[in-house]
Amino acid sequence: MKLTGSEILIECLKAEGVKTIFALPGGVVLKIFDMLHQQNDIEVVLTRHEQGAGHMAEGYAKATGKAGVCLVTSGPGMTNVITALADAYMDSVPLVCISGQVSTSLIGNDAFQEADNIGLSRPCTKYNFLVKDVNDLAITIKEAFYIATTGRPGPVLVDIPKDVSLAKAEFTYPSSVAIRGYNPTYEGNKWQIKQAAEAIMKAKKPILYVGGGVVFSQAAKELLELAEMTQIPVDMTLMGLGAFPGEHPQSMGMLGMHGTYCANMAVHYSDLVIAVGARFDDRVTGKVSEFCPFAKVIHIDIDPTSIRKNIHVDIPIVGDCKAVLRELNQILRATVNGNQKDLRKPWWDQIREWQQAHPLAYQQEPEGAIKPQHVVKRLYELTKDRDPIVATDVGQHQMWTAQYFKLARPNRWLTSGGLGTMGFGFPAAMGAQAAFRDRLVLCVAGDGSIQMNMQEMATAVVSKLPVKIIILNNRFHGMVRQWQDLFYEGRYASSYLDTTPDFVKLAEAYGAVGLRAGKVGDLDAVLKEAISTDKPVVVDVPTYPYENCYPMIPAGGCNHEMILEDPPELKRRMAGVPSTGSDENKDTILTA
Amino acid sequence: MEHIISVTVENKFGVLSRVAGLFSGRGFNIESLSVAPTLDPSMSQMTIVTSGDERIVEQIVKQLNKLIDVIKVVDLNESEFVSRETALIKVHTKAEDRAEALRIADIFRANVIDSTPSTYTIEVTGDPKKLEAIINLLQPLGIKELIRTGRVAIAREAIRPAVSQPKKLARE
Repeated sequence: MKLTGSEILIECLKAEGVKTIFALPGGVVLKIFDMLHQQNDIEVVLTRHEQGAGHMAEGYAKATGKAGVCLVTSGPGMTNVITALADAYMDSVPLVCISGQVSTSLIGNDAFQEADNIGLSRPCTKYNFLVKDVNDLAITIKEAFYIATTGRPGPVLVDIPKDVSLAKAEFTYPSSVAIRGYNPTYEGNKWQIKQAAEAIMKAKKPILYVGGGVVFSQAAKELLELAEMTQIPVDMTLMGLGAFPGEHPQSMGMLGMHGTYCANMAVHYSDLVIAVGARFDDRVTGKVSEFCPFAKVIHIDIDPTSIRKNIHVDIPIVGDCKAVLRELNQILRATVNGNQKDLRKPWWDQIREWQQAHPLAYQQEPEGAIKPQHVVKRLYELTKDRDPIVATDVGQHQMWTAQYFKLARPNRWLTSGGLGTMGFGFPAAMGAQAAFRDRLVLCVAGDGSIQMNMQEMATAVVSKLPVKIIILNNRFHGMVRQWQDLFYEGRYASSYLDTTPDFVKLAEAYGAVGLRAGKVGDLDAVLKEAISTDKPVVVDVPTYPYENCYPMIPAGGCNHEMILEDPPELKRRMAGVPSTGSDENKDTILTA
Repeated sequence: MEHIISVTVENKFGVLSRVAGLFSGRGFNIESLSVAPTLDPSMSQMTIVTSGDERIVEQIVKQLNKLIDVIKVVDLNESEFVSRETALIKVHTKAEDRAEALRIADIFRANVIDSTPSTYTIEVTGDPKKLEAIINLLQPLGIKELIRTGRVAIAREAIRPAVSQPKKLARE
């Protein structure tokens, strides 16, 4: 029997096991929506903006490990979703984005709502397709899912012209695909893995530096075995949080620009860096020429271009983290003995010394303004038993959450790392909630970033996605303000947000629940109320506006040269500034 | 250092812009690029002349390989290769210069492929140095227009010794 392109698309999505898509309709995709409306296998979450649809699909993908799917219309629908595609590309998130296109006869004619979707998305997708013939649709969707989810995952766009969604063709879903120019390497080179094992056995001061690749390849178990067997401390990147249990005695926490003192010192002074599924991003390396100057480097990554892109690698291993670690563990299991523990005793002594010298710290006065770190810490303590999924936006609150919310397992951490997309957190949290309706999904946001996709509150209410948003409300673009305080002599150019809305009333206007914790003493009760509410909740927490996020490696600085607290000249400048973040002091803050 | 990279790609629309976009997006250099279908019409062959230090060229080769439409990438500088480029040169020729233009063409084994009372169009093929040389000589006569194809290159086949010798030696 012949099916229309729209029906073929839906059958393909079903065959790929898609249960939920995030979508916003428009002229050229009406047929697809009409067919979606007449079936019950795939749930359509109607978003209020295409960027939201894209980030929701990302959140869905990060939490499930499967490809997230979004569907947008041509022209502005496409341009709106580009931020999410670029975000997914940077963070290797498997995404299939279906975009509508004007009819093939109109392409290139500057038709209504026409945009060059292929041209627009080329630099921010792993691959993209324009389907010109309905007979190619099924194989194209198959290839799209295959490319998005294999190798180093990434976003794939399928552009479907209106006439293709209407035209009919015989439908058979191909059972396999073969693309001659695309053959990811999964098994690592055995000789190289042996070299790595030997280097690990000999190293006196080794460190594991693990990233998002461990999460995507589901190699957390293998990583834990490797770390425990060899007694090597573990540094995590922002994207790698959750790959190794945050409370594990061998966890050093996050490294990089706002990483822990210990994590950065350990990587700087180590003699063997074992990078697993991480890409030596500039936020991790700081000054790249002085990154881990004393170390040999082993780099395990599925993407050959990641290797030797930023730093010299002594033992490169191209392959899937899980497969390579499994092989590596097998060799080490046969060779490892008690000697390594003795060999590395001085290293561990040094590490414990670093940990004690400068642990993560903040001062919370019992009657003073609420410190943002304290909010994250309390949220963590109150929710950790429920194994929550945590999303963040981008900025100070993101770094504090990365520091204080110690994730135990992978696929619980939804954050925008590479692109640093403000407005990511809330829709991503909703995407995860759509995948796991019964789980607790938290979104820690800033008052600046939450406003970038606030419109999705309507989606959360209507689609019953009871995400809990905790706004660390300092009425600033906090990270911008921090840099201005440190490097621009405290001139707050466009970082003070002034007319912040009343988030409680805003939540209520959308039909969600709005709560506020105005005092330190109220915090626990309000957070508890939020997490026990079965609706979307916004918790507005006014925080001390001038809190800075430390440790900090200034851009282009060296990893062992961290700023650990406000420098003296900043302390002097801030001496006259009020210590409370409550509303009455708004004017004083402005003139500070 | 200059590198010539030979890239076999899918012969379908948009591939050239993927390759060109990779170079511009990552700040790699393209000195010349030529592309045409291969014997198998489903594939095209690109010859890209680029430059950069060892690390950059390694990235160029890896990034090209990462493109899904790229089937094979060979950095020709890793072995012996021959390269050629063709130029079409339209020369203004006053009556007294016409013989000189033909003499120059002859020296470089170039062909005159079009002729008018006031111009010759000369086709010349060779390595870039040869092309530069003939252009320099023709310039005083007055070059009206100059088109170059960009280089194409192919790896040299290993020289095979006499048939009777053992096969092993062929690689040496």
